[in-house]
Amino acid sequence: MSEWTSHPLFGVTLTVGAYALSCWVRDRWFRQLHPLLAAATVLIVFLLCAGIPYEDYNAGGSLVSFFLGPATIALGTLIYKHWPLVRRKIAAILSGMTFGTLFGIGITALLLWLLGGSRPVLLSMLPKTVTSPVAVEIVSLIGGVPEMGAVFTVLTGLTGSVLGPALSRLAGIRSDIAVGTAFGTTSHGIGTARLLLESEIQGSISGFAMAASAILTPIIFVPVYWWLL
Amino acid sequence: MAGFAILLAFHLLGLWIQKGTSLPLPANVIGLILFTACLFLKIIKLEWVEESAQFLLKHMLLFFLPFVVGTMVYFREIRESWLAIIGGLLLSTLLSLAVTGWLTQWLERRETRHE
Repeated sequence: MSEWTSHPLFGVTLTVGAYALSCWVRDRWFRQLHPLLAAATVLIVFLLCAGIPYEDYNAGGSLVSFFLGPATIALGTLIYKHWPLVRRKIAAILSGMTFGTLFGIGITALLLWLLGGSRPVLLSMLPKTVTSPVAVEIVSLIGGVPEMGAVFTVLTGLTGSVLGPALSRLAGIRSDIAVGTAFGTTSHGIGTARLLLESEIQGSISGFAMAASAILTPIIFVPVYWWLL
Repeated sequence: MAGFAILLAFHLLGLWIQKGTSLPLPANVIGLILFTACLFLKIIKLEWVEESAQFLLKHMLLFFLPFVVGTMVYFREIRESWLAIIGGLLLSTLLSLAVTGWLTQWLERRETRHE
């Protein structure tokens, strides 16, 4: 549009502002509102209506997403802190996580193939169970579209967080270890936040599983990467 | 501020290793592996990094927002595959959650019985 919108300050202010506003609305009126989806909707509608190109916005946006790097490193503190809690059951947890992640990749590929998803959509959706900053990196490594991968990952977390509690009751998954591992492995931070509302133990195990799968999932993807090249 | 510097340094270290070895792992994951190892080896103390780490983890959704806004460029691709996206996403997430939970619970009980 004009020069001032392509200044980084524009994108940074807009991003932080929309996020703060969404959090404020959630805390005051509407507990079910997801701040990320709400803020993203507001921003997209605003940019489209004002005719501001994404490149202009992202001059500042990329400054905000830069912090995902150190935030991913910070996951290490979760692994370290929750280690005493998971230590005795670590074999069951790690096996469940490994198989669950492999199953997730396989079933996603199968379903997308059956339902006729395009190749860029498929590649962007495969790593969706891992925490978002890692999912986005894996998507770029295997040649998908990081922006699409971002949305799929967030939607996966939301699905687990909204439908997961009822599903695990129905499926007879009751032990804290199993519930925490299932949520952390398949719906990362958003699922972990949901568990923390009700049980600190389940939430901590989920936090551990989420952080551990940030290491495990990219390693599982190494052969996928070789195969695709 | 020391905590933030440490976290950044590990990300940078990950990037340096990734570029040097062309390992097909994301730089942030290489950094995470090394950082976790250093915590367990007591090379890095949790107190040094805890405050910065908690701040960053708490606001992870904010840092992720620009990526989600980026979908505005891909609306057409998403519309063309909407059925596969919605169906694939919902079903695969619920199935993986159930399978992971069942398996972990089963393994956990089997282990307990052996003890």
